[in-house]
Amino acid sequence: MTARYKVGDAVRVRQAYPPGHCRTPYYCRGKSGVVVRHCGEFRNPEDLAYGTYDGPEVPMYRVQFKQTDMWADYSGAAQDKVEIEIFEHWLVPTSS
Amino acid sequence: MSDHHHDHSHDGYDVDPLHHHPPQPDLEDTPLTHHQVMQMAVAELLIEKEIISADELRRQIDFMDTITPARGARLVARAWVDEGFKSRLIANSKAAGAELDMDIGPIPILVMENTPKTHNLIVCTLCSCYPRFLLGIPPDWYKSRSYRRRAISEPRKVLAEFGTDLSDNVGIKVHDSTADMRYMVLPMRPEGTDGMSEGELANLVTRDCMVGVSVPGTTSAS
Repeated sequence: MTARYKVGDAVRVRQAYPPGHCRTPYYCRGKSGVVVRHCGEFRNPEDLAYGTYDGPEVPMYRVQFKQTDMWADYSGAAQDKVEIEIFEHWLVPTSS
Repeated sequence: MSDHHHDHSHDGYDVDPLHHHPPQPDLEDTPLTHHQVMQMAVAELLIEKEIISADELRRQIDFMDTITPARGARLVARAWVDEGFKSRLIANSKAAGAELDMDIGPIPILVMENTPKTHNLIVCTLCSCYPRFLLGIPPDWYKSRSYRRRAISEPRKVLAEFGTDLSDNVGIKVHDSTADMRYMVLPMRPEGTDGMSEGELANLVTRDCMVGVSVPGTTSAS
């Protein structure tokens, strides 16, 4: 599967709450960030959790967010960041 | 020694009923959890079906128990004395580990370098992912809900509680190990360590420094 995003692309995490297992933390859903690394292709944890071990491999990225965007009451410095591993199907492009 | 007498009788009751030791539960005195039962069942099945042997399983557990943060510290100390190695460690930790005959395991470990402008902190908010092949078994606090929640949302307060006060001029970058990567922090070499050997430098590098809740001092941690 070809990677849709490249380093520097502005993305937003889908604000979705599907049932079942996934590895996208609640706190980052709906938040906007920037792709900082394409980690490669990995089996989808949403397949693996239910015994599907031969599903497609999907691109996975590290996405960087500003902490002040992540938490409304963030008390640290303006330049603080958080970086999260997110699978491609959880991301949508945004115009930066 | 002391005047603390252990004057127990052994005919069924204590001479001093106020000096009573509560019985220590043995391993079998608490019920097995669901996951303990599942783990035993899977291990027995794997052995029964001859996919792995009991000895292979034992050897792997034995090996994992031998891993200490000294492995990570060795990589850090080498990176401090060899700029080329540092670049290779950051680019590909598995290949860099192999240069030192160190197998860093099947899961990619990304090495995050602290700089005068950036301090890195590692957490796994979803469970307890940890660079076990370099640091061994994670401490209990790393797996606690409070660390997982607070390291991500108020990292500066968490660092302060570990005795690490960062200036606002230093940005904090928190890495949430949510999927298929693991992380290790490459701390900055402390000032005043110019004359130290690689082995002495490795002794300055603790587990906490490589998780990012602390920074190395100039005296050996051990």
